[in-house]
Amino acid sequence: MKYLIIGASHAGIACVEGIRSQDAEGQITLLSKEGHRPYGRPLISYYLEGKTDLEHISYRPESFFADHGAELRLNTEVLSIDAAQKTVRTAAGEEIPYDKLLVATGSVPFVPPMEGLESVEKKAGFLNLDDALRLESLINEKSRVLIIGAGLIGTKCAEGIAERVASVSIVEMMPRVLPAVLDEDCAAIVQAKMEENNCRFYLGDSVERFTGNSAKLKSGETVEFDVLVLAVGVRPNTALLQAAGAEIARGVKVDSHMQTSLPGVYAAGDLTLSHDVSDGGSEKVLAVLPNAYTQGYTAGQNMAGLASNFENAFPMNAGGFFGLHLITAGSYQGECLILPNEGGVKKLFIKDDRLVGYLLLGDVRRAGIYTSLIRDQTPLSTIDFGLIAQKPQLMAFSKAERAKMLAGGNKA
Amino acid sequence: MKRIYVDEKWCLGCRLCEYNCAFANATSGRDDMAKALKDREINPRIRIEEGGGISFAVSCRHCDDPFCQKACISGALKFENGQVTIDQEKCVGCYSCIMACPFGAVMPSDGTAVQKCDLCMQNHQGIPACVEGCPNRAIIFEDREAFA
Repeated sequence: MKYLIIGASHAGIACVEGIRSQDAEGQITLLSKEGHRPYGRPLISYYLEGKTDLEHISYRPESFFADHGAELRLNTEVLSIDAAQKTVRTAAGEEIPYDKLLVATGSVPFVPPMEGLESVEKKAGFLNLDDALRLESLINEKSRVLIIGAGLIGTKCAEGIAERVASVSIVEMMPRVLPAVLDEDCAAIVQAKMEENNCRFYLGDSVERFTGNSAKLKSGETVEFDVLVLAVGVRPNTALLQAAGAEIARGVKVDSHMQTSLPGVYAAGDLTLSHDVSDGGSEKVLAVLPNAYTQGYTAGQNMAGLASNFENAFPMNAGGFFGLHLITAGSYQGECLILPNEGGVKKLFIKDDRLVGYLLLGDVRRAGIYTSLIRDQTPLSTIDFGLIAQKPQLMAFSKAERAKMLAGGNKA
Repeated sequence: MKRIYVDEKWCLGCRLCEYNCAFANATSGRDDMAKALKDREINPRIRIEEGGGISFAVSCRHCDDPFCQKACISGALKFENGQVTIDQEKCVGCYSCIMACPFGAVMPSDGTAVQKCDLCMQNHQGIPACVEGCPNRAIIFEDREAFA
C-alpha cells in the first residue's frame, strides 16, 4: 500500500500516526511545500515573543519519520492530482503514484484589494514560519508596525512583537477585536489588556489607501508605519482538489471518514467543511487545531482500512494575551448565563437542556469539563448544573458516571 | 498496563495525596516534607474534590485516546506506552490541553508551561507518591486489564 500525504502540518502528521495505528508496513510519503521540518504552526507568534525557539518549535522529534517509517520530502510543491490515474504531479515535474491520498493543504491568506499596497516596501503575512522569520528580519526596536486584521492571526502577531517594536497599530473592519471568537464584553476586556501593552486599535475601520509608509483610513485618520502585516483572514486551500474534480462548497466536502467525493482521496484540516455539533450540525469551516489533528488521524485510520468516524466537531479556541487567558468553545446561542470569574468573566450558553457554548476569560482552570459537555451533548438535567456552573468539576456528575471516569477504563 | 484507579468509597478527603504529590515534584528540599512545603501554597497535580460528604482524588487518567495530546499545538504532550507526558521545555502555555481534557486534569504550573501527573515516572519517586501514601487505599495503581 502506498500512502501519499500532501501537507506536513498537524493534519498530515496526525494522518501518519493514524495510518501506523493500523498498518505497520505500508509506504508513507509526505510532501511539504515548506523548507522546514513540521513545526507547531500556531507557535510562530510564541517564537517572536521568545517563548519557543527554532529547535523547540518542531512538532515531533527528529526521529519521528524514521520511527514511523515515513519519508518526508520538503520543498516539494504539488501542482495537480490525477484521481483517475492515482498520481500527483510536482512543481519539479515528477509524477508520484499513490493508492490512498490525503490532501492537508490548510489555508491560504486572503488579501482583499487595497489601493496602493504595492507602494509599501516592508510587508509580511503571518501564516507560516517563513512569514514569522521574514517579519523578524524587518522589525527592530524603533519600528512602528501596522497590522491589518484583529482576528486570531493579527492579535497573536501583535502580542508576539509588542515588546520588540516601538508601537503596534491594528486596523479591524469589525467593531471589536477577535470578532469570530469573542462577544462584545469579552472583546473589550482583551482589547484593554492589549492596549496596556503597546497596542493601539482602529476598530470598525479599514485602509482606504496606502502611500508608502502611510495608511489613510476610511474614518479619515492617518497611520504612519514602518512595517505592514497583512492578517485579514484565510481561505480554505481547495485549489488542488477543485481542479481534480472533488466536491467543494466553501471548503472541501468530506464524509465522516474524511473521504472526499473522489474515492481514495481524503482531506483533513483547515481546507475541509465540518458539521458543527454545537449548533445543530451546520456545515462550516472549523479551522481549529484539535479538529485538524482528529480529522488527520481519522483519515489515516480509514486510509489503512479501519472504518472510524469523526462526527463531533465544534469550534474551540485557547490562548491568551499578555497573561490574560482565554478559552472559548461551541456556539453562542440560547440562554446566556453570565457568572463571576476570577480575573475576567464566564459565560455559559444553554439550549434545549444542553451546554452549547462557553466563554472563559481569566480563570480557565478545568475548562475541558465544560468542553466535554458540548462534545458529548450531555443532557444538563442528568448532572448537577448549579454546581458545575459555579466551577467545572466531576462532582456534578452522577456517582455511576464518576465511577466510570475514575475507577473504570480510561477511554476518554 | 498499570493505571491509576480512584474509588471514592474509600477516600477520607485527607489530602495526603496532594501533599505527597507536591513533595514528590518539589524542586528543592527532597529529604524533608516540612522543609519543602512549609508556608508554601502547594500546586499538586492531583486534586481532591469534596462536598456533601463525598470526596475523591482527580489526576490524569492517561487516556487511550487523549484529547489533550490531540489539541496540543506544540507537540509538548506525548502519548507513549500508555502514558501521557508533558515536555515543559516545549510547552508555550497556550492551555489548549486545559480546553480539551474532560477530567480537568491538566493544569497551570507555577511557570509558563502546564503540568500534569506523570505517574511519578519523571521525578525521583519511581512509583506514584499519591498511591504510596494513601492511607485507605482509595488510590490504586494496578494492571486490571491483565485480568479482563
